Amino acid sequence: MAEKISSKSVLFNPLSKNNPVVVQVLGICSVLAVTAKLEPAIVMGMSVIAVLAFSNVIISLIRNTIPTSIRIIVQLVVVAGLVVIVDQLLKAYAYDVSKQLSVFIGLIITNCILMGRLEAFAMANKPWPSFLDGIGNGLGYTIILVIVGFFRELLGSGTLLGYQVVPDSFYEAGYVNNGLMILPPMALIVVACIIWVQRARNKDLQEP
Amino acid sequence: MSTVASTVSKLKWNKMNKQSNTYTIIYIVILAAVVGAALAFTSLSLRDKQQANADMDKMRQILASARIVPASGEIVSDFEKYIVGKTVVNTAGEAVDGDAFSVDVAAQSKLKASERKLPVFECRLDDGSLKYILPVYGAGLWGPIWGYVAVDADGSTIYGAYFAHQGETPGLGAEIEKPAFSDQFEGKHLVKGGEFIPVTVVKAGQKPEDASADYVDGVSGGTITSKGVGSMLDNCLSPYRAFLVNLSNK
Repeated sequence: MAEKISSKSVLFNPLSKNNPVVVQVLGICSVLAVTAKLEPAIVMGMSVIAVLAFSNVIISLIRNTIPTSIRIIVQLVVVAGLVVIVDQLLKAYAYDVSKQLSVFIGLIITNCILMGRLEAFAMANKPWPSFLDGIGNGLGYTIILVIVGFFRELLGSGTLLGYQVVPDSFYEAGYVNNGLMILPPMALIVVACIIWVQRARNKDLQEP
Repeated sequence: MSTVASTVSKLKWNKMNKQSNTYTIIYIVILAAVVGAALAFTSLSLRDKQQANADMDKMRQILASARIVPASGEIVSDFEKYIVGKTVVNTAGEAVDGDAFSVDVAAQSKLKASERKLPVFECRLDDGSLKYILPVYGAGLWGPIWGYVAVDADGSTIYGAYFAHQGETPGLGAEIEKPAFSDQFEGKHLVKGGEFIPVTVVKAGQKPEDASADYVDGVSGGTITSKGVGSMLDNCLSPYRAFLVNLSNK
């Protein structure tokens, strides 16, 4: 490789400057679907981190043997296999959460972040940097999910992780939960607000 | 020269072999076999645990309809303690062979009423009273909805109800799983003067067309889900007509 990228930047760049969700705008669909509550958002984030890190490592290990003509298929097979394993593990050890996430764990397969990282990074790098890249991008995705889930659950249901945080006296004084926050469009609007804040703080991210 | 030759042969191996059809086909077959084996192994080694989880969840739901909320870890023992009888009846109200717990209510609800196997769970509460718990299954707006209805020993008065859904709109249709909705069913009657009339779900503030039927208010903003609950109760409880009327005549 022409320039050596430090492990640190591989791990931490995706958290902010090169965030997969708010900078590259990938994986938006699952952000809409699983962030109505905080807990599924966290579990979804963890699952994506696991799948992304391991698929990156596996693809990186076999990258020199993959025939170019079927490399996307090979990537998909590896990702699909890992996703099914994660889904089975959740069903066995975190049944309630897996019920809430239902089909969305399976839909990690179609998450653009995965294919993007496999194509752009794991196919060209050694296993260890690929592992860090997977963890970093997974964390970048999780952070956005958690932020969106935090605001949607707090404003939409008045709870956090299922515990009531808005005191009853507020409701007696006339405060009402904002039902709109629970609906998918508000996830997009919250993501847009995060993108706005992000670009206002980092001038180099602004398009001319 | 030799290094050049080796580079060329290496290049050849890199370029030629790996792009050939044979290599590609063998590669994908091996990959599929390895991934398939990994999946089969995971599935086999976790199946028992998953089945136990699914069963435990079903037990929790059945108990929830009789307003028993076991602590986590005590679901199975509580289920065995409170559920004193499991029977399967037919539309004539006669007991037939079968394991009530393993009856697939989803599949049964699609059969003609006369062909259905109808599970009944008998639940004895701490105060000694006996409740009959009947499973129901139907369709909401986005996906299936299901639940359990606990009926008093008189075969008519509803003691409690539990509803769940797969993917109804959060905050709207999904509210059917909240106690605010299901608690309304308490004290409603299924049998009146020897006649079976299922409880209907109407828009808040309205009354049902059949004035003699007991009714509960639907979820505002969740009209289709609420209607789904109504038709689910109609479809799944009507076959119990004979069973319930027999109980109320006792």
